[in-house]
Amino acid sequence: MPYACFTTLLQDAADKQCSLAECIQTREATESDTSVTQVRARLAEILAVMREAVRQGSQPDIKSRTGLTGGDAARLFDSVNRPDSVNVIGPLFTHILAASMATVELNAAMGRIVAAPTAGASGVLPGAFLTLLHEHDLDDDTLIDGLLVAGAIGACFAAQATLSGAAGGCQAEVGTAAAMTAAAVTYMLWPREESASSTAAANEAVNEALGHAASFAIQGQLGLVCDPVAGLVEIPCIARNATGTAVALAGAQMALSGLKFPLPFDEVVDAAARVGAAIPPSLRETAKGGLAITPTAKRIRRELR
Amino acid sequence: MSTARSIFDIIGPVMVGPSSSHTAGAVRLGALARAIFGEQPRSARIGLYGSFADTGEGHGTQVALIAGLLGLKVDDPRIPDSFELAQSAGLDFSFEELSSDDAHPNTARFVLECPEKDKLFTITGSSIGGGSVIVTRIGSFPVEATGDLPLIVARHTDEPGIISAVTAIFAAENINIASMKMSRERRGAEALMIFECDTLPEISIIEKLKTIPQVHKVRVVPAV
Repeated sequence: MPYACFTTLLQDAADKQCSLAECIQTREATESDTSVTQVRARLAEILAVMREAVRQGSQPDIKSRTGLTGGDAARLFDSVNRPDSVNVIGPLFTHILAASMATVELNAAMGRIVAAPTAGASGVLPGAFLTLLHEHDLDDDTLIDGLLVAGAIGACFAAQATLSGAAGGCQAEVGTAAAMTAAAVTYMLWPREESASSTAAANEAVNEALGHAASFAIQGQLGLVCDPVAGLVEIPCIARNATGTAVALAGAQMALSGLKFPLPFDEVVDAAARVGAAIPPSLRETAKGGLAITPTAKRIRRELR
Repeated sequence: MSTARSIFDIIGPVMVGPSSSHTAGAVRLGALARAIFGEQPRSARIGLYGSFADTGEGHGTQVALIAGLLGLKVDDPRIPDSFELAQSAGLDFSFEELSSDDAHPNTARFVLECPEKDKLFTITGSSIGGGSVIVTRIGSFPVEATGDLPLIVARHTDEPGIISAVTAIFAAENINIASMKMSRERRGAEALMIFECDTLPEISIIEKLKTIPQVHKVRVVPAV
């Protein structure tokens, strides 16, 4: 398996004396018997689907198949411009939350999205990427590097834990997405000097930092349950993507500010696997616990039948 | 645990919502069952386990499984209309809820038939998250097939030397094996070999493998 362990991946990058994104794209090309150019072209297509999904999902008239949800992304975007709006977290962060909800609202409307790593968690990564790119002037090549890093972090969870809410709760879905996003944002925004005296040391520093970012993000979502109202990917999934992105960016900020999570990332993934397995079946996508069985949730379920 | 071979298993698939495991994974599981069966079945009885049974309806799992049996891809906008498509394609189907303590939460058992050809397969598989799937049983034989890579499935009589005869032919044809699994009913009885290959083998491999007297049936299954 090409991405089972983070430590091995970093060692591989160090041995090859290349950046982590270069290391991952070379592995990917080798494993799928294709070229690095083709790998990056495919990621560019994925980026285009993500952009279109955020655009469509931000329309005010979007409605889910059930009619339960839709339009919250548009309302959040709109709130920034209203003269009477109360500003707690600033326009950038509000835009990030809105963009994170947009993809998941489109998903509930049976629109075309990119699972990252799942459809239920498809909002976190594009919400962060496609908003930060304006603020930090990121080009597509940088975003594609970010997708490579995010993919490798997600693959560590796939190999050592699970990506399925039915097997590991929402921690496995939005939690993993947040860890992927925290790592990728750290990788993309890490300050790189034009003439770094030691490229190897610079690569090592950013690679370690993105592991810390992913750990900071997932520790904040350990035990996160999957309790969808009426069993649908709507309530609370749409809001949970927005709050998941908030945790992801908190993790990225801590790592970019030089904080180190005291436990190695691979051990944190292992802990996530144990916690996910310990979440009772009623809180693993079965809609038999948590928010899914409140009186109002039961009424919604009855009314949909 | 899942086996992500590619970052495109993580950042992807591009799919029609709402659920990667219950919608896209269900489409792929149906498509893989169809590919192993070898054609579109005339009839499909599908048993649902775990949360496929509990929450499948709201996720469109049933329309997704049928869409897969009809050969639709995970980003096909016609997925919600698959029941109507099945009718015009001549596929009869039914669903039942099953329970098992040891099945993965998202599991389906397909009983696929083409009665006029006297052909009946029972195929069991699970959606293991993010659109990834695994077929765990063909008939009574335990297998592990993800549909990410092409498969060669061979029925044979359990005797010494069969694997070496089969793999010698693979070597001559330059087929690289990514994984393999063999199981048998009992010693010396019916057995099944399943190989995941890096590239889709030429269809001529079937006749070449059948030159081995103990090999009765061979199927080449494309990736889904």
